[in-house]
Amino acid sequence: MIDIKEYIDSGVLELYVYGTLSEAESAEVSRLVALHPELKAEVEQIETALQQLTSAAAPSTPSSFESIRSKIQSKEEKYVIPLSRKRIPIAAYLGWAAAVLLLIVIGYQFSEGQKLEDKITTLEREQLLQQGKTDMAEEELAKANELLDVLRTKDIISVPLGAQEIAPEAYASIYWNKDTEKAYVDVRGLPNPPEGKVYQLWSLTLDPLTPTSMAVLDQYDANGTQLFEVDNPNASQAFGITLEPEGGSASPTLEQLYVLGVVEP
Amino acid sequence: MQPDQLIAKFQQKDESAFAELYERYSENILGVIHSILHDQELSEEVLQDVFVKAWNNASSYNSKKGRFFTWLLNIARNAAIDKTRSKAFKDSKQNQSAAFFVDILEDKNNFSSKVDAIGIKKYIEVLEPICKKVIQLLFFKGYTQKETAEELDIPLGTVKTRNRICINKLREVLGVT
Repeated sequence: MIDIKEYIDSGVLELYVYGTLSEAESAEVSRLVALHPELKAEVEQIETALQQLTSAAAPSTPSSFESIRSKIQSKEEKYVIPLSRKRIPIAAYLGWAAAVLLLIVIGYQFSEGQKLEDKITTLEREQLLQQGKTDMAEEELAKANELLDVLRTKDIISVPLGAQEIAPEAYASIYWNKDTEKAYVDVRGLPNPPEGKVYQLWSLTLDPLTPTSMAVLDQYDANGTQLFEVDNPNASQAFGITLEPEGGSASPTLEQLYVLGVVEP
Repeated sequence: MQPDQLIAKFQQKDESAFAELYERYSENILGVIHSILHDQELSEEVLQDVFVKAWNNASSYNSKKGRFFTWLLNIARNAAIDKTRSKAFKDSKQNQSAAFFVDILEDKNNFSSKVDAIGIKKYIEVLEPICKKVIQLLFFKGYTQKETAEELDIPLGTVKTRNRICINKLREVLGVT
């Protein structure tokens, strides 16, 4: 990002309009002018002022365009080939044949060049695409590593949550760090929640059985890692996950208990 | 504003677009040529050469490289400077000392309708001698910064900013700010 004001004050735009910069410098200014409307406005004002100045230096009003028109037309007429010639020497035929051949060769080269250019453009696009994929993969890898680090912490308590009647195949896991009061819940083993329903995670204390809501897992994404980080300041003795209406419920719907697991003492 | 559409048509050899561009820029270009040659008849002649050349090389203009006005300017300066090297020009100008664009402006009484004549006259009055020289060399003659610094014996680093100050003054009196 350039400092627009500083750039304008440097006086480079004046020299750009003058045409006294090198070709590379000019191209760079053109690029920036196309990007920044303030620069474009400045360039146009400089040009307007210079147009006034140069007009004032003209000794007279220029002659009309007709004088130019006749010149560019007469020039083009020169290229017209006389057709009335009776005898055309063989050399002329050869000349034309050579010219035609040359044209064909040039045309061929040109189209080959075009093909190559197209190919380069395609390759560049593909490279960009691949770069994007690599970046994404690296990002995901970094996230996964971060997670692994968390799960490998010494003090983490791992609680497997087993299936209940309603979905015999379901399972989930909780990783709970008591020190940081953070828990990570892995719900990959749960079926996708039906439309309008969400999973809700509960912390339970036994004797008497008291459920406390830990989180409504409404950011559920079937394609994501399906790992959620939640706060757990509770003295949990067990964890359960129920299916609840959107927004979650105040107390668990026990008929919809999907998984349950007890914290090992 | 640069008439981009007209320029595109001109590059496709559209004569009426070219005529409009001529209408728009020919006086500017004549002014530039005249400030180099100081000869009305010769300048008119070079003006025609410049526009014929522009027509024949229309495809060589590229907006990514610079302004259309600048492109014409470069053709004009080169053509005019070429002319100063011709024998006929040297013979006729032998006794004339180098004149500046300001001399032309000072001598002039009739300005075309495209010009803010009062602004220009005022500009010449307030213009410092160094500005006259910087603009003459950098703009009208197309000198590089280095050539300008050497010719005027001023530090290279100050050419660009000094020139901007001179052009700002011009814009101020013309109300182009």
